[in-house]
Amino acid sequence: MSTAPTTAQGTQKLTPELKAFIAEWKEKPGNLVMILHHVQQHFGYIPREVAFEVADLIDVPLAKIYGVITFYNFFKLKKPGRNQIQVCMGTACYLKGGEDIIAELEGILGVGVNTVTPDGEFSVEAVRCLGCCGLAPVMVINGEVFGKVKTESLQGIIAKFRNA
Amino acid sequence: MSYKQYILVCGGTACDSIRGMELFNALKTAVKENGLINEVQVVRTGCLGFCEKGPIVKVLPQDTFYVEVKPEDAEEIIKEHIIKGREVSRLLYDKEQSKIHVAIEGIDFYQKQFRVVLRNCGAIDPNVIDEYIARDGYKALEKALFDMTPQDVIDEISKSGLRGRGGAGFPTGKKWSFAAAQPAGQKYMVCNADEGDPGAYMDRSTLEGDPHSVLEAMTIGGYAIGADKGFIYIRAEYPLAIKRLENALKQAREYGLLGNDILGSGFSFDIEIRLGAGAFVCGEETALLASIEGNRGMPRPRPPFPAVKGLWGRPTVINNVETLANIPVILLKGADWFNKIGTATSKGTKVFALTGKINNSGLIEVPMGTTLREIIFDIGGGIRGGKAFKAAQTGGPSGGIIPPQFLDTPIDYENLAKIGSIMGSGGLIVMDEDDCIPNIAKFYLDFTVDESCGKCAPCRIGGRKLLNYLDKICDGKGTHEDIENMREISEAMSRASLCGLGQTASNPVQSSLRYFMDEYKEHIDDKRCRAGKCKNLLRYTIDKTKCVGCTACARVCPANAIAGERKQPHAINNETCIKCGQCYEICKFHAITRE
Ligand SMILES: Cc1cc2nc3c(=O)[nH]c(=O)nc-3n(C[C@H](O)[C@H](O)[C@H](O)COP(=O)(O)O)c2cc1C
Ligand code: FES
Repeated sequence: MSTAPTTAQGTQKLTPELKAFIAEWKEKPGNLVMILHHVQQHFGYIPREVAFEVADLIDVPLAKIYGVITFYNFFKLKKPGRNQIQVCMGTACYLKGGEDIIAELEGILGVGVNTVTPDGEFSVEAVRCLGCCGLAPVMVINGEVFGKVKTESLQGIIAKFRNA
Repeated sequence: MSYKQYILVCGGTACDSIRGMELFNALKTAVKENGLINEVQVVRTGCLGFCEKGPIVKVLPQDTFYVEVKPEDAEEIIKEHIIKGREVSRLLYDKEQSKIHVAIEGIDFYQKQFRVVLRNCGAIDPNVIDEYIARDGYKALEKALFDMTPQDVIDEISKSGLRGRGGAGFPTGKKWSFAAAQPAGQKYMVCNADEGDPGAYMDRSTLEGDPHSVLEAMTIGGYAIGADKGFIYIRAEYPLAIKRLENALKQAREYGLLGNDILGSGFSFDIEIRLGAGAFVCGEETALLASIEGNRGMPRPRPPFPAVKGLWGRPTVINNVETLANIPVILLKGADWFNKIGTATSKGTKVFALTGKINNSGLIEVPMGTTLREIIFDIGGGIRGGKAFKAAQTGGPSGGIIPPQFLDTPIDYENLAKIGSIMGSGGLIVMDEDDCIPNIAKFYLDFTVDESCGKCAPCRIGGRKLLNYLDKICDGKGTHEDIENMREISEAMSRASLCGLGQTASNPVQSSLRYFMDEYKEHIDDKRCRAGKCKNLLRYTIDKTKCVGCTACARVCPANAIAGERKQPHAINNETCIKCGQCYEICKFHAITRE
């Protein structure tokens, strides 16, 4: 949520909608992964205190919840930047210079992958195939796909999101 | 109501990302503004396959094929083509620069293709169940429920020779008969849409372009094995496919094609979607089941096979998306129609995601037995920039690197295994002379090491060791002894790993050692990378005759490895140089060489 202040770690709570979703799924076997997906969709990551709440509500040990969160690449424990950049490092994109895109972004933003810029604006992660290999190299910012990305155009793209 | 003309706009993820949605809206607006609402229908379809030249627009009934269309072109297409009947020649597919009208069959990209699985992709609006039904959709289900016993269905699938498209090629009919033979009770039908191979998107396109075909097939499978519940396990990274599936499920329920007492037959079946969360190993069937159960996705030893003991201990059939998409066609056209396509051991077609250094990358479907040469050169239009073909990789991180000498091998399960690769799920990546084979092997190993779940030692430790050796070799520090060790570890991993991930992880290494030993030797003996990909083997030097002493390189060098007086030739200290290449890029006088 773009309205949540970046320093708000430690104050996040399950919303009524999330609670309703959990209630709906509580009795379904194998619900944990689906619940975590919804939590992350809302917060952008899985805040620790929310994990505690989930553990209570579905009566599963916290250790199991963390076991699952840390097993899957998709789940995040730290709040990502306001703008989330995903650079594809699937095979097609790797062959067509995905690494150069990451290097250039690191240069522009001044932080490495999986780190949030100090102003909380951006974070970059390397992801597996995004399924648009025909357009390699591919990058996604806040869900918007950019295909056939050139390193020269990155400055402009970043500037657009910085001011948005 | 039927229209005089149809404008099909590709709504696959790739075309969407290059303003496909905007284009669709622009076309709709232009149709409305020109008062053609009752004559022309604009349809947003699934992937038309030719992703390289997207967004694609097809106009029916003329069968005009427009490529790289922009939203700004919408007005012209309506005004010129639809109203005046004149094709917009600048948007036509440019076959040999002639800009003449070529029907879809005339485009070399489509000529050698044969569409069974992708029969509806790009032809229907995936969000409208009626369009699927109009093309014989759900007829196979009706036939199964009313004219066939569960055993008849299994027999027909067995006779068709259909084998699993998820990678292993297990006969589908046999798998179904195992589950059917289990005592009645709770059973499950699961669709594997985890598509973990990086560089492959066949299943995504099928689900985006024709979701009902998979729902229909799962329901038929449920009927055949006696299951009343299905799960689709799909990657969370595929939001568009998930949305279309959810919509398709809703529509199928409304039409009585899912749920209780389907079509009044007394058979009940429903499907739920479960999301993956970015773990490659969850494509492996036992790990996938663990993940649906809400656990860490760790594989377990087989037997017992899922067909006997699967989800929550109950008999479960797991099939890949593409396997399933074949099922309705087989029931409608008959096993004998299907088993005439393909080779002796591999029937039907295969969908490939053709990518890498190829001119026409995209989604293709060919009969089994087509050769790599036909795929790469006829359909794919050859190598980009006129470079030389070096290798192709099928099966992603579990597959092998195939050298040019096998370009004419007919592709089927057995032939690919013979040359050290696998069919895999359908990723087909083309490499050219600028790609370094040890570096590619390293890329794949890096992937499998990262994705290994860590449960068994051969995969966890063996993979890491292989990666270390490859790192060493690409850094120019490798030895011939390392190669021997790599061979030994590879063997051990294939034999002793718990699941398919570890068993196949060394395939890229083994195949590249077999066919590209000369490149490994160069890295070890000559400290040279002919493709220029291995950074640490590069040497930058300044040509003294060309350097004017502008100091640009010295200023940009982050390691202070360049020295020289202003207006005097500079020199690079290769001891401190970190091979970042910034000097090479910045020099306006081309005075810096890299080799
Ligand atoms: C590491 C690993 C990853 C796999 N990934 C997939 C996948 O992404 N999609 C898939 O359908 N099958 C995948 N498989 C194969 C499945 O285990 C299983 O064989 C397949 O889903 C069975 O369906 P089929 O008989 O229709 O091919 C994978 C196997 C392994 C060992
Ligand atoms: S490899 Fe990057 S989108 Fe597939």
